[in-house]
Amino acid sequence: MTSQPPDGAPEERAHVPAAVLYLTVFVVATSGLVYELLAGTLASYVLGDSVFQFSTTIGTYLFAMGIGSFLSRYVKEDVAERFLQIELGAALAGGLSAPILFLGFAYADVFAIVLYGMVVLIGILVGLEVPLLMRILKERLELSELVARVLTFDYIGALVGSVLFAVVLVPELGLNRTSLLFGMLNAVVALVGTRALRDLVSTRARNTIAGVAVIVLIGLGAAFAMADRLVIPAEQELYAETIVLVKQSPHQRIVLTQGRGGVQLFLDGNLQFAEVDEYRYHEALVHPAFAATPNPRRVLVLGGGDGLALREIFRHPSVEAVTMVELDAVMTELAATHASFRRLNRNAFADPRLTLVHDDAMVWLDEHDDERFDVIVVDFPDPRSFSLGKLYTGRFYALAARALTEDGTLVVQSTSPLYARRSFWCIDATIRAAGLHTVPFHATVPSFGEWGYVLAKARPFDPPEHLTLEDLRFLNDEALGHLFVFPNDMARPADPPPPNRLDDQRLVRLYEEEWSRL
Amino acid sequence: MKRRDLLRALLGAPTLLACEGREPPPPLAVRMSGANHERGHRFVRDADDEGWADAPMERVPVVVVGGGPAGLSAGWWLARHGADFRLFELEDAVGGTSRSGESDVSAYPLGAHYLPMPGADAIELRALLTEMGVLDAEGQPSATATVREPDERVFYRGYWYPGLYPYAGASEHDLAQLARFERLLDHYAALRDGNGKRAFALPLARSSMDADLIALDRESAAAFLDRKGFTSPRLRWLCDYACRDDYGLALDDTSAWALLFYWVSRMEGPGSETAPILTWPDGNGALVAHLRAAVGSRARTGRVVSGVTPSDEGVELRTFDADGSQSRILAERCILAVPDFVRARLLPGSVEPSPYSSWLASNLHLSGRPDALGCEPAWDNVLYESRSLGYVSATHQRGRDFGPTVWTHYLPLLDDDARQALLDARPAGLADAVVSDVERAHPTLRADLERVELWRWGHAMVAPRPGFLEGGTRLARRSAVIGGRVHPAHTDVSGVALFEEAFFHGTRAAAEVLEAMREAPA
Repeated sequence: MTSQPPDGAPEERAHVPAAVLYLTVFVVATSGLVYELLAGTLASYVLGDSVFQFSTTIGTYLFAMGIGSFLSRYVKEDVAERFLQIELGAALAGGLSAPILFLGFAYADVFAIVLYGMVVLIGILVGLEVPLLMRILKERLELSELVARVLTFDYIGALVGSVLFAVVLVPELGLNRTSLLFGMLNAVVALVGTRALRDLVSTRARNTIAGVAVIVLIGLGAAFAMADRLVIPAEQELYAETIVLVKQSPHQRIVLTQGRGGVQLFLDGNLQFAEVDEYRYHEALVHPAFAATPNPRRVLVLGGGDGLALREIFRHPSVEAVTMVELDAVMTELAATHASFRRLNRNAFADPRLTLVHDDAMVWLDEHDDERFDVIVVDFPDPRSFSLGKLYTGRFYALAARALTEDGTLVVQSTSPLYARRSFWCIDATIRAAGLHTVPFHATVPSFGEWGYVLAKARPFDPPEHLTLEDLRFLNDEALGHLFVFPNDMARPADPPPPNRLDDQRLVRLYEEEWSRL
Repeated sequence: MKRRDLLRALLGAPTLLACEGREPPPPLAVRMSGANHERGHRFVRDADDEGWADAPMERVPVVVVGGGPAGLSAGWWLARHGADFRLFELEDAVGGTSRSGESDVSAYPLGAHYLPMPGADAIELRALLTEMGVLDAEGQPSATATVREPDERVFYRGYWYPGLYPYAGASEHDLAQLARFERLLDHYAALRDGNGKRAFALPLARSSMDADLIALDRESAAAFLDRKGFTSPRLRWLCDYACRDDYGLALDDTSAWALLFYWVSRMEGPGSETAPILTWPDGNGALVAHLRAAVGSRARTGRVVSGVTPSDEGVELRTFDADGSQSRILAERCILAVPDFVRARLLPGSVEPSPYSSWLASNLHLSGRPDALGCEPAWDNVLYESRSLGYVSATHQRGRDFGPTVWTHYLPLLDDDARQALLDARPAGLADAVVSDVERAHPTLRADLERVELWRWGHAMVAPRPGFLEGGTRLARRSAVIGGRVHPAHTDVSGVALFEEAFFHGTRAAAEVLEAMREAPA
């Protein structure tokens, strides 16, 4: 930076239009608050727990502003020039904060570092602004008047910023455009400042700052115009909530959205879980099977790469070893590292009892004929293709039956007995055709609707009556009993469908037929 | 040969259109193999050589010459009945055109790759499948051997469709002809001759040889369809595909009888679906492996039989090993499980040579699954606008739907140009032609392609051209015992190169030998 003295224009002789400077204070305050809210919102999107995220980002931000204020004492000369440079810095850092953090979603392990780094940087820059402004203005006003006016505009700006943010900016512009817009405002302040403070800044510095400000304005303006294409995935229109992550694995397209009810996971466009009620689905998937199994120690999970079933499994103290066979390594990597998943699955992938295998479940079962498990949890996507349908065939269940211990229990997510009644009972019939005895059940999961499962064991058995865990969010012993009661519109049809076979995957056709009727 | 000329010769025009004006593709990693021509031709030269009188003479009750499916089936039958025998195979591996290969990813076929589920009357073949665990105690096929759905799809005008017949865009005329053709097949499926024999049955020996049915053998399949008014291009494609698939022949070159045999022999009765397909990752290599295990150390590979001479004493066989050491064997009986062109050299005058079709079977070793438009990948992936049969996926039956795989591509060489191109072209050119063929359906194929393994089958299988039934006398003439001691057993006896035929004639000849030995103990 240059530190040559202003060309014959000592500070005390400066003429600065007061209105411009008050407006500057206002913009600086508004944008500072908006950046703070942006960071808090994005943090709670990705890291979840919005109370915690807002407290920590705001705390960090205020602390960084304090650092900025403290650092302002080290600005001895060229105060006006430094102010304008800091304004440009804030324009860039603040303006690009939301796009940068959006891009950071994909790199979940470094997201927190990027987030707090941005918060600290912006906080320091904003923290520098007001003290420097006050020093610029101090020649014109009494100290009491100066403090009163600057802080008035500062607080009004903060109020306007917070109201605008919630009422206008996020609903109308979205997070990215809001961020870019305020970056542009900061750049405008710097540009206007080169004229307003012309007496306090050398011509050369003024020209440089004005030039950079124009470039920053154009850059942010272009980003503003293309914000949709920059960071919003093309398929956003297919989803009701904001997409926060898109990953294409060799096997499927993984989309995570964020809305008022928390995150939702979609695989190839099909909802896999919604944070708001996934506990109902996963408690029903895991705990009845455990209740039906004496001393379950070894557990096999087929599919379920999001780790939410693992979370429920690891709550059982009897569990000694869990093997998960999941085809998609991208999915489990995401579930093991991404903050939203880790929060939801309680970091289940870090549990030392887990052995993670990436393979096709049917091939793996075929090749591991010596392993036996007390509980096998089958949590595949619905049979909407032949490559998924093979995981619902007699052959598959025969392999799963072989992998069960004598008193072991198999539980299979079995689509909706209400929307796809014959598909559900086809799965039940297929499991029975593989030589197992079944107890079907269902649970209400509002995001999915009425959902079905099948419990299966090598011997005839009664529905379990007592859960082995207390303090579940959804299930208690009384509710457990209701799961096994099928109302008429979901009951086994008088003419149940024949079993699904590897060489004749009628379930895939049945499933498509039933769901397309909805 | 220029690339465009080679593509035209092997694949016909459509591929050429697709490839014209493009940069030549980067070179492929190619390996070429095939039948051992040098060793195969050697016995012709050595047949008259001196020195045989000094060669050691060994006595063996039964010798099976040839280790293809027919010879192995004969060996399996002899072994089951406790007979003492030897089996000699010229190649270093048994299996003939049902051989297979193996990589880190999967086993894969080098030739024949499926078996339709045999009907209830195929007792011996069902016994083999039961022994293999393919059929359970109730005779139901296991889930692992029955082809997994989706079994087939067809690539038509840039898109994959389920099934073999391209229903997409078919006109009412097309569908009406398809329905009429199915009714015609139903008619033949219901037909019984005066002896109660089916019109078309597997093995062919169980088919009726009534004159009005045999008359169908006098015309080509194309002429038959013309005569019956079947003009739908899709139906004619389906029939042409059938001829290429089972016989390596074009519609014009196939006997009409053989076309009907293809469809009707696999129907249980009128209106029934054709029999379900049994397949394995290594194709019919799985059948070969089981038969080979049953024959055990009685099989000698790399052993050339250069002369077979029946006499009152027995059958004298001249053989030599890969190292050239000669030996003589005197057998009570010999089962001659070799194709007619070999038989004609071993026993001159015993048979008129049959025509053969030639194939290029190519294994495409892939690191992943190339992109495609349309329905899910199937086991059998047929290309409508191609002379090839498309490809089968070796990993389909195991249930591996992602990651590395091996695709076996089959190209029958339908005319002299194609056969000449096969002989003249360098392996890289042949591989490029095969890849160009599959590339039409999978534009990103080359990105996933690790290597191409070509297998050149010069005399792949006997070709049922019009007249192949020899007026209904073929079976009797070609299966007749030679010199009182030599029993022919090969698909060339029946004239259609199917595993069922090889198995039938192998076990039939073995049963004849056992019967003869029981009547006249040595």
